[in-house]
Amino acid sequence: MSQGTLSSPVAPAVVSPQSTLRRLARRNSTVAFLLTLPLILLVLGLVVYPFFYALYLATLNKRMTRFIGWDNFTFLFGRQTFWDVVFQSVLFAVSAVVLKALIGFILAHVLHALPAKGQRKWRGMLLVPWVIPPAISTLAWWWLFDPSYSAFNWALMGIGVDPVPWLGTSGWARFSVILVNVWYGSPFFMIMYLAALKSVPDQLYEAAAIDGATGWQKLRFVTFPMMRNIISITVLFSLIVTFANFDIVRILTNGGPLDSTHVFATYAFQVGIQSGDIPLGATISLFMFPLLAVFAIFILRGVNRRNKEMA
Amino acid sequence: MEGNGISRRGVLRAGALGVAASTLPLVNVHGQSSGGRLALGLWDHWVPAGNDAMRKIVMDWGQKNRVEIQLDFITSVGSKNLLTIAAESQARQGHDMLSFPTWEVHSKSNLLEPLDDVMGRLQEKYGGLNPITEYLAKVEGTWRAVPAISGSQNKPAIGRFDLLKQHAGLDVQAMYPAADKAGPGADEWNWDRFLKAAESMQKAGTPFGLPVGQFPDATDWIGSLFQSFGATLVNKDGDITAKSDSVRQVLDYAKRLCAFLPNDVFSWDDASNNRALISGKSALIFNPPSAWAVAQRDAPDVAKQCWTFPAPAGSNGRFTPYLPYFWGVWSFSRNKGAAKALIEHLSQREQAQAMVAASNGYDIPPFDSMTDFDTWRTEGPPQGVVYNYPVRPHHNAKQFVACNPAPPAMAVQMYNQSIQAKMIARVSQNNESIDSAIRWAEQELEGFQRG
Repeated sequence: MSQGTLSSPVAPAVVSPQSTLRRLARRNSTVAFLLTLPLILLVLGLVVYPFFYALYLATLNKRMTRFIGWDNFTFLFGRQTFWDVVFQSVLFAVSAVVLKALIGFILAHVLHALPAKGQRKWRGMLLVPWVIPPAISTLAWWWLFDPSYSAFNWALMGIGVDPVPWLGTSGWARFSVILVNVWYGSPFFMIMYLAALKSVPDQLYEAAAIDGATGWQKLRFVTFPMMRNIISITVLFSLIVTFANFDIVRILTNGGPLDSTHVFATYAFQVGIQSGDIPLGATISLFMFPLLAVFAIFILRGVNRRNKEMA
Repeated sequence: MEGNGISRRGVLRAGALGVAASTLPLVNVHGQSSGGRLALGLWDHWVPAGNDAMRKIVMDWGQKNRVEIQLDFITSVGSKNLLTIAAESQARQGHDMLSFPTWEVHSKSNLLEPLDDVMGRLQEKYGGLNPITEYLAKVEGTWRAVPAISGSQNKPAIGRFDLLKQHAGLDVQAMYPAADKAGPGADEWNWDRFLKAAESMQKAGTPFGLPVGQFPDATDWIGSLFQSFGATLVNKDGDITAKSDSVRQVLDYAKRLCAFLPNDVFSWDDASNNRALISGKSALIFNPPSAWAVAQRDAPDVAKQCWTFPAPAGSNGRFTPYLPYFWGVWSFSRNKGAAKALIEHLSQREQAQAMVAASNGYDIPPFDSMTDFDTWRTEGPPQGVVYNYPVRPHHNAKQFVACNPAPPAMAVQMYNQSIQAKMIARVSQNNESIDSAIRWAEQELEGFQRG
C-alpha cells in the first residue's frame, strides 16, 4: 500500500442534520417505534417499574426500615398457609383455563357451523359474560350463591334437592370460584378460536374429505394442527390473567372458608394491605412470576418449534 | 427632572396606585384562607346523613378559621381507605388529615404527627376514655392519632325481643331497659344462658345469626367471646399462649354453640347477619344499630321488635366488641397546625352530639362522659332501642377489640386473618380436634411474630 493511497484525501460526506432526521423518520422501524411508544411507556410505568419496586419491597422488613435480603422468601417457604395458596392458585388457574379452552373450543365450532346470518347474533350473546366488568358480574354470582338466599338453592329446593353450601365448604367454594372464572373467560377463548377456525383453508377439508376422513379425523388432523399455535398463545395469555385474578375470589369468598380459596393476589392483598405487611405482600405476589415463567417457557417453546417446522 | 416626561403628580399617582394594588392580594388572602389549605380524607359514613353532618361541621369550622377545606369521603368498602393510606404513606404526600381504621395508627405511627397536646387538652376537659383507644393509638407513650367519633362503633347484641321472650324466656327489655339500671335476669346473662337461648331459637326456626367467616363482624364477636373466657392466644409481650385450658374451653363452647347456628355461617360476610335479622330469619346478631336502621326502612315490623343489649358475660367478664376509627395528621402534612385544630374541634362534645344524632346513634365517642346524649334515649321505634348501644356503667362491661392484648403489630394480622374464627371453623366445621386447631393456630402465630 503506497503512502499516496494512505494519504489521499477522502472527501467527507456532507450530511445535514435535517436530512438525517428526515431519513430517520422515513424508516419503518422508526415509525413502528413511535407508534408503539405509548404502549412501551405504559408497560414501563405499569408493569416494569412496579415489578422492580415489588422486588425492592420484598427485600425489606415489615416496617420497611431495614434491608433483610431473602428473608421474606425463606419465611414464606416455611408457612403451610403459603403452600396451600400455591396449590390453590395452580388448581384455580389450570382447571379454569383448561375448562375455558374446552368450552371455548366447542362453542367456536358450534358457532362456525351456524349459518352466517344467525352467527352474528349468537356471537354477540355469547360474548356478553366477557364484556360485563367482572366485579359486577361476580356480585350477581354472589347473589346466586348467597349462603342464606341462594337463587340456585331456591331452585334446587323447588325440585326437592337439598341446598348446596356453595361458598360454605372448601370443595364447593373452590368449585364456585372456578365456575365463575370459566363463565367469564370462555367467550374470550371462543372468539379467538372462531377467528382461527375461519382462517383454516377450506381446501384442506376438501382434500381430507376426498381421502375419506371422518368428522373426528378432520378435527384431529386438520383443524387441531392448524389451531395449535392460537390455542397455545390463548392458553398462555389466559393463564397469566387467571393467575393474577383477584376480584372473583375477593368478592365471592374473601379467601375462605379456612383460606381454601385464596389465590396469590387475594392472599397478597390480605397480608400486604389489610394486615400492614407490604413487603411480605409484595413477596407473595412475586411468586406468580416464576410459576408463569415456567408455563410461558414451555408454551412459547412449542410455538417456536412449530413455527420453525412450518417455515 | 427636566426632559424625562414624567410629572411629579404622575409619580405620586402611580405610587399610590402601586401601594393600593400591593395590599390587595394581602387583603384577599386574609379574607379567604389565611389559615391555608387543608386536605381531609374522612371516612365515608354508612349512614347517609353522617356525611352531610360532618361536611357542615368541617365547612363551618373552615369558614370561621379562614381555612380552605378540601374534603374527601373515602369509603371502607373494598378497603379503599386502606389503599389510600398505603399509597399516601409510600408517596409521602396526599391529604393532611385522614381517618385511620382500627389498626392503621400503629403500622403508620412513624409517619404520624404526635398529638399528645390535643389529647392532653381533650382528656382534661372530658375525662377518661376507654383503654382500647390507648392500646390502638398510643405508640411508645405518644398519641399518634385521636380516637374519632365518626365511624367508631360498638357491636353489642341486637335481637328480637318478642321472639326471645316467646321462645327462650329472655325478656331483654326488662333485663336491660332504656334506663341506667339493670333489670331481673341481667345478672344471669352469661354465655351458658346464651347457649340455651341459641338452642331454643334454633328449634323455633329463628336461630341466632352469628357469622364465623373471615370478615370483621365474625372476628369482633368471636374476639369478645374468647376474652370473656380469658382465652388469649398471644399475650401483651407477644408470647404465644394458645395452648391453655381457657382456649380449650372456649373452643369447646364455640363448637356446641355452632351446632345451633345456621349451617352456612362459615361463609357469612358482614352483610349476612344484618340480612338475617332484617328478613326475620334470625332472632339475634351482634351489630351496630345500622341493622335496625335498615330494618326501619325496609321491614318496619321487624324494626319495632328489635332491642339492643350487652353481650353475655363469661368467667373473665363481659366484653362488648368495639371497632374505633382515629383521626391522624401525616408528618408530611403542609398544614399540621390547622389539622390539629380541626381534630380538636371535631372531638368537642357539641360536635360529638351532632354526629351521634345525625348517625341515629351509630357513632360512639371515645370519652365515657359522652355516653349521655339524648339520641340513644329517644331513637325508635321502639323508643330506647339503642339506649344500651353505648357501654354504660350498669352493663358491667368493657369495650374490647379482638386480639387484644397482643402487640398491635401481631394483633392486626391475627384480626385480619381471622385466626380465632378459623380455629372455631376447624373444630366445628372440619371436626378437627381442639388440640389440632390449637397447633395450627400456634404455627400461624409464630409467623406473625416476625418484625
